[in-house]
Amino acid sequence: MKKTLFEKVWDRHVVARFPGGGTLIYIDRHLIHEVTSPQAFEGLRLGGRKVRRPDLTFATMDHNVPTDDRLNIKDPISRAQIETLTRNCKEFGVRLFDLNDERQGIVHIIGPEMGLTLPGTTVVCGDSHTSTHGAFGTFALGIGTSEVEHVLATQCLPQTKPMTFRVEFTGRAAAPVSAKDLILKLIGLVGTAGGTGYVFEYAGEAVRALSMESRMTMCNMSIEAGARAGMIAPDQTTFDYIAAKPRPFAPKDAAFDKALSFWKTLPSDPGAAFDRTLTIDASKVAPQVTWGTSPGMVTDVDARVPDPGAVPGYNRTDVEGALKYMGLVPGTPITDIRIDTVFIGSCTNGRIEDLRGAAAVFKGRRVAKGVRVLVVPGSQTVLRQAESEGLDRIFREAGAEWRQSGCSMCLAMNPDQLSPQERCASTSNRNFEGRQGKGGRTHLVSPEMAAAAAVTGHFVDLRTWKEDAR
Amino acid sequence: MKPFRSHRGLVVTLDRANVDTDQIIAKQFLKSIARTGFGPHLFHDWRTRADGSPDPEFALNRPRFKGASILVARNNFGCGSSREHAVWAIQQAGFAAVIAPRREDGGLRVPGFADIFRNNAFKNALPAIELSEQEVEDIFRAVEATPALEATVDLETQRVTLHLTKERPYPFEIDPAVKERLLGGLDDIGLTLKEDAAIAAFEKGHDTQLG
Repeated sequence: MKKTLFEKVWDRHVVARFPGGGTLIYIDRHLIHEVTSPQAFEGLRLGGRKVRRPDLTFATMDHNVPTDDRLNIKDPISRAQIETLTRNCKEFGVRLFDLNDERQGIVHIIGPEMGLTLPGTTVVCGDSHTSTHGAFGTFALGIGTSEVEHVLATQCLPQTKPMTFRVEFTGRAAAPVSAKDLILKLIGLVGTAGGTGYVFEYAGEAVRALSMESRMTMCNMSIEAGARAGMIAPDQTTFDYIAAKPRPFAPKDAAFDKALSFWKTLPSDPGAAFDRTLTIDASKVAPQVTWGTSPGMVTDVDARVPDPGAVPGYNRTDVEGALKYMGLVPGTPITDIRIDTVFIGSCTNGRIEDLRGAAAVFKGRRVAKGVRVLVVPGSQTVLRQAESEGLDRIFREAGAEWRQSGCSMCLAMNPDQLSPQERCASTSNRNFEGRQGKGGRTHLVSPEMAAAAAVTGHFVDLRTWKEDAR
Repeated sequence: MKPFRSHRGLVVTLDRANVDTDQIIAKQFLKSIARTGFGPHLFHDWRTRADGSPDPEFALNRPRFKGASILVARNNFGCGSSREHAVWAIQQAGFAAVIAPRREDGGLRVPGFADIFRNNAFKNALPAIELSEQEVEDIFRAVEATPALEATVDLETQRVTLHLTKERPYPFEIDPAVKERLLGGLDDIGLTLKEDAAIAAFEKGHDTQLG
């Protein structure tokens, strides 16, 4: 029988089928962070249970971490949560990459960096953006705290088998159109619930042409369309990324060769059936900017803020509410929207390639007067790489702040927050009300678009941008 | 887990689609390491105005909905973050069930609840009940027109009943496995551990580097 990539990975992980329905699947990697794990460890303690496979469980701290003085957490409640993770990892024998570790970073950035994320495996984490790891042909899904406890105790997860949804991006996206624009375009087309119950497989010429970093950006936002996961078939780009050093947890030498021949069997069989399919011509996708309070409220940079009655998938009241919150008037050109702040970072766009893209725009330019710019590398590894390439100097010379690694202003659990009505061009993943700070207004864009907004003070169409701000 | 069989209570309607878990429980409350204490912070940013006072316009602040225990909203409830704190906040604010409509979109069925939220809800014995858009619209209208309208969510018969002068039943579907777990108040981890032999056998033949 012809199988899809997802079905191949799923079938290899079936441990048992429950008589009443549902399947027990095995989890190859369990990633942990400080926010969604304390109650899970407490549950284990109350039940007198242990971590079944501490060798497959890896922890880091990212959500609460300050990005300036990172070892000095002033908020006592944040500090207590960090300390709790340290204690729990020690008690249960879980490997922790803490704030003193040179590999610390956002959980979805460091997994791939260290070679923990491998094709054909299953990865879970108590975080919705676990879908990021699907870029490797991994079935990776975000779970709740009860499920975190479940995986800690059993290394398994009861699941209902999701349906499959193939999204083919034909043609080539021409720079400066990036993976961020492609995925935002998809979310705009199918809506924030359009993927609910499905696993996306991203395919087509435009996806094959993407680097691993860009593939991770694409898979990262699968959850913003409601999908259980997003996957991309592994290919030479994937293999080269895994073979790059140092990835301490990736297979090496003979083990690598054995893995490689297995990985090559993973792509969906030609003619394999999907429950749903969609084709998008990547060559026609424009840089995207969100204008509302849901990632599906998105449009082309050369378009205008829409009329509330004319937004597919959203009713008038919801759009009116979103525009009121965002302080936007229908008919306003997107490029007329002025911004106060720029955030470059997060598990969506905090990798080295993202920083290179932003730095290329900042180089030789200055941040517009009155605009605050935060550049937050996704991990300490990304930070060191960026500094070795001199990117930090470019950011600083342009007038941006170069910070330490963490989730930062993507969800503003640490001190990096927006004030009410502060308008932000952000490379993160959610423009929900209050996400970056109560009353804050978020526009999701690519790193290059964010950098251009930083130097001009408003959104610009990178395809036609003239050098007026030098 | 406490079993869920049936619940009767006051209905409150929240006329918003795509209610995300950031709204249900804002990030500043996720720093707690406890499982309790989230109830007062449910919908914090919607409940309170800029000066910190309660917003009288917000549904859950209206006196007629005080004590409500069945929350009815629009499509794609619980989207966004995986935070289970959202479910804990809803329960700890006194709710015993949530209802949202599935949507028919060009022949495709768009589920009423986001995947992770629905899973989290069931793990905590909070039924996330899906009805049709028309049925949910009916409930919105009935609640608007009828003060103190109560409903019963009955899992055994798979029915939501509006207690109008003439009772109005709405049957719903639920995964039989989930239903059994909810009715029995079964411990999910305990059930999986019954498969311990299968897990051990699987581990013997499985290379976690190869998946």
